[in-house]
Amino acid sequence: MLDIVNVEYDTLIPNNVSLSQDKRVLKALERWHPGYINWWKGMGPEGFQESLVYLRTAVSVDPKGWAKFDYVKMPEYRWGVLLAPQVEDRRIPCGEHLGQPVWHEVPGEYRSMLRRLVVIQGDTEPASVEQQRHLGKTAPSLYDMRNLFQVNVEEGRHLWAMVYLLQKYFGADGREEADELLRRQSGSVESPRMLGAFNEATPDWLSFFMFTYFTDRDGKMQLESLAQSGFDPLSRTCRFMLTEEAHHMFVGETGVGRVIQRTCEAMKAAGIDDPYDIEKVRALGVIDLPTIQKKLNLHYTLSLDLFGSEISTNAANAFNAGIKGRYQEAKIEDDHQLHNATYPVMQLVDGVVVTTQVPALSAINMRLRDDYSRDAAGGVKRWNLAIEKSGIAFQMKLPHDGFHRQIGIFAQVPMTPDGIILTAGEWQKRKDEWLPTRADGDFIQSLMKPVWESGQYAGWIAPPKIGIDNKPGDFEYVQLHMA
Amino acid sequence: MNALLKQHLIDPEICIRCHTCEEACPIGAITHDDNNVVVDAGKCNFCMACISPCPTGSIDHWRVVETPYSLDEQLGWSELPVQAEVGAGANVGEAMEDAVKALLASAHAGAGGAARAPLSAAKPSVNVFSQAQPAVAVVQGNFRLTAADADADVRHIILDFGAQAFPVLEGQSIGILAPGVDAQGRPHHLRLYSVSSPRDGEKPNRNNLSLTVKREETGVCSNYICDLKKGDEVRVTGPFGTTFLMPEALDSHLVMICTGTGSAPFRAFTMRRQRVLAADTGKNGGMALYFGARTPQSLPYFGPLAKVPDNLLQKHFAFSRVKGQDKHYVQDIMRQDAQVLATALQSDKSHIYICGLKAMEAGVEQAFEDIARGAGLHWQPIRDAMRESGRYHVETY
Repeated sequence: MLDIVNVEYDTLIPNNVSLSQDKRVLKALERWHPGYINWWKGMGPEGFQESLVYLRTAVSVDPKGWAKFDYVKMPEYRWGVLLAPQVEDRRIPCGEHLGQPVWHEVPGEYRSMLRRLVVIQGDTEPASVEQQRHLGKTAPSLYDMRNLFQVNVEEGRHLWAMVYLLQKYFGADGREEADELLRRQSGSVESPRMLGAFNEATPDWLSFFMFTYFTDRDGKMQLESLAQSGFDPLSRTCRFMLTEEAHHMFVGETGVGRVIQRTCEAMKAAGIDDPYDIEKVRALGVIDLPTIQKKLNLHYTLSLDLFGSEISTNAANAFNAGIKGRYQEAKIEDDHQLHNATYPVMQLVDGVVVTTQVPALSAINMRLRDDYSRDAAGGVKRWNLAIEKSGIAFQMKLPHDGFHRQIGIFAQVPMTPDGIILTAGEWQKRKDEWLPTRADGDFIQSLMKPVWESGQYAGWIAPPKIGIDNKPGDFEYVQLHMA
Repeated sequence: MNALLKQHLIDPEICIRCHTCEEACPIGAITHDDNNVVVDAGKCNFCMACISPCPTGSIDHWRVVETPYSLDEQLGWSELPVQAEVGAGANVGEAMEDAVKALLASAHAGAGGAARAPLSAAKPSVNVFSQAQPAVAVVQGNFRLTAADADADVRHIILDFGAQAFPVLEGQSIGILAPGVDAQGRPHHLRLYSVSSPRDGEKPNRNNLSLTVKREETGVCSNYICDLKKGDEVRVTGPFGTTFLMPEALDSHLVMICTGTGSAPFRAFTMRRQRVLAADTGKNGGMALYFGARTPQSLPYFGPLAKVPDNLLQKHFAFSRVKGQDKHYVQDIMRQDAQVLATALQSDKSHIYICGLKAMEAGVEQAFEDIARGAGLHWQPIRDAMRESGRYHVETY
């Protein structure tokens, strides 16, 4: 009998998809594997490939076995192909094939659409590893360094997940696309990664936390909607990826939270009440709250762009085909086909922001983006609770959806974070109030000094409330190996 | 007083609302709103399926309550409430049925003060299954450990938990409920047995555990267990015990002193170390075992123990009933090894564990006093300091 819960280790690639009985795909993946390791060593975390990192590895996809912790050298991490267990008699949850049995092979008519979705998702995974490759050197603690590397190896595994789908279901085209995923590089001029936010640098740890909070959350929403797919292998892959993605959300939310907490503590200790007394706060060696807000503005808006145009035929087609659902499709109570439904979308009419009802089918992206914003607001609320507790009069805010956008209805529209439309001249004059400047970046950079003793933390970030895997405060999360 | 409930709660300050737990919960006991993710005390059956998938550690929080917090209350929280004072004598760390509490208190009494867990011990789960709602395990095997002609019948019992999560750490005990009633028509008392397998199962990654049980002539429960056959179902409570645990730190040195089935937790400790070291070539602090029995034939695990390499486990055996030989007790072999033990007493990496019959306590205590004196040390303050820092543990019965 097939044991799809426990992971097979009889091939080079741990898996729960019986690879050892699928010689063609096994061979293809084994051929791809050296290139991947090359990529990891060349483009993965720089300077720490020999260190022992306390990482979580999945040994099975059920709750009991998917979080086994142990020390491992990253290049020896067991990247595998893991799919969530098959749901019996699963049906296509949306679109024109609603209620029909899910597909276990790629339906010919949707082949290119599916391939494109898998490739785009796959392209983001290695991209973030590339973006974050220099961060280890300035880690504010071994705890944070470990979390960074956990995020990195799991992004690596997510690449594997997408490559498996390409190799298994898309023949020669799939193999080619799988190779391309290793060839494109974040920030490269000749062959950049496919999406804008994944070509931006991650220069410092606050950026990393903001990235994992806001940009990885876009990833989460995309995975959520792909987990609804009528193409069952894609759905199962994404469902398991989501359990891992939750760790990335955790790193982001607690990371930003700990930076905020440390700033508030330092201000209180120094008797500073005015959060806008930036010079004085920075002199304490912590990041002032208004600068954190600017970083939030930047990362939130870059991430909104990842959702594409508010009105989109591609998204409508994918939904209608049953290839991509909405966030928590199964929990939505409607016809799941959107025949006559409408959805409110903000528009710019004669220079004024108005909300109009559009056919819901065309506003699939918009709806997912709204779900994203709601999800993102949750953490902001927690951060504000912490600020409030410390008695400092300041609130973090998500900016208006039209602020600082490059894609969609508000692309290039000069607008304040509160949604007031400006002239181009006013925008130029005032944008530094809302977006991080070079000087802000230099200041943050000046704080990025490594702290690598067990249990110690850089002065600009508070220690976590609880260790990974319930480990005590002075646990050595990374055993450094310095050549 | 109402029965106390150990309520499963999520810490809203740490939770990031990823809802992974909600997906993992097989019975829909976890829900959320825009604010919090919460556990329905009326539904949660402590299966623990949500614990390991949580990326934050927020999931693993518990409060002992008389009346459980409602979903509405939990949804309104921005932080966990502190543990309220509940009833006289209710101990939050080891909140458990009174009978179990009394049994463990008596077993730990020999340490001379309140026991503490080793600093680096893993966090134990306790009271996951109660007498009212026990887990049902299936017997996978029942093997006689002692020679057929030995006077003691000691059994190695393997219990499988199937799909139920039964999270247990080395050194913890479980309760066994023998079926039927006594002469007065009351259910039999629950009996505690120390688990003799490591946390990841008798075999790695099997959801099973083993017990080491000696048949007592008039013991209802021990006879019940020793007579179990493969496939039989057993009602199990627990796990219990939050202090008699092993340190996770690999460089800690374990001194383990036992008689008879007191070896059960030490078998678990040894197997755990062996498995961890197989995967991790960390600094091995070593372990030493001082084991007393009547004869080699009646010493549980004598054969397998001999095969454990010395760099993992130094073994010292004492036999009190071997024909033609002087009687040797466990304190005698401790004295023979006085120099090594005296060194161990002076290292803060050393952890001492004593497990077996109550009768062994006095002899062992005396041996430590002598060994300490021989090295110019005073045993009692050393013992008390070790106990305070979670490095001295006694479990005798």
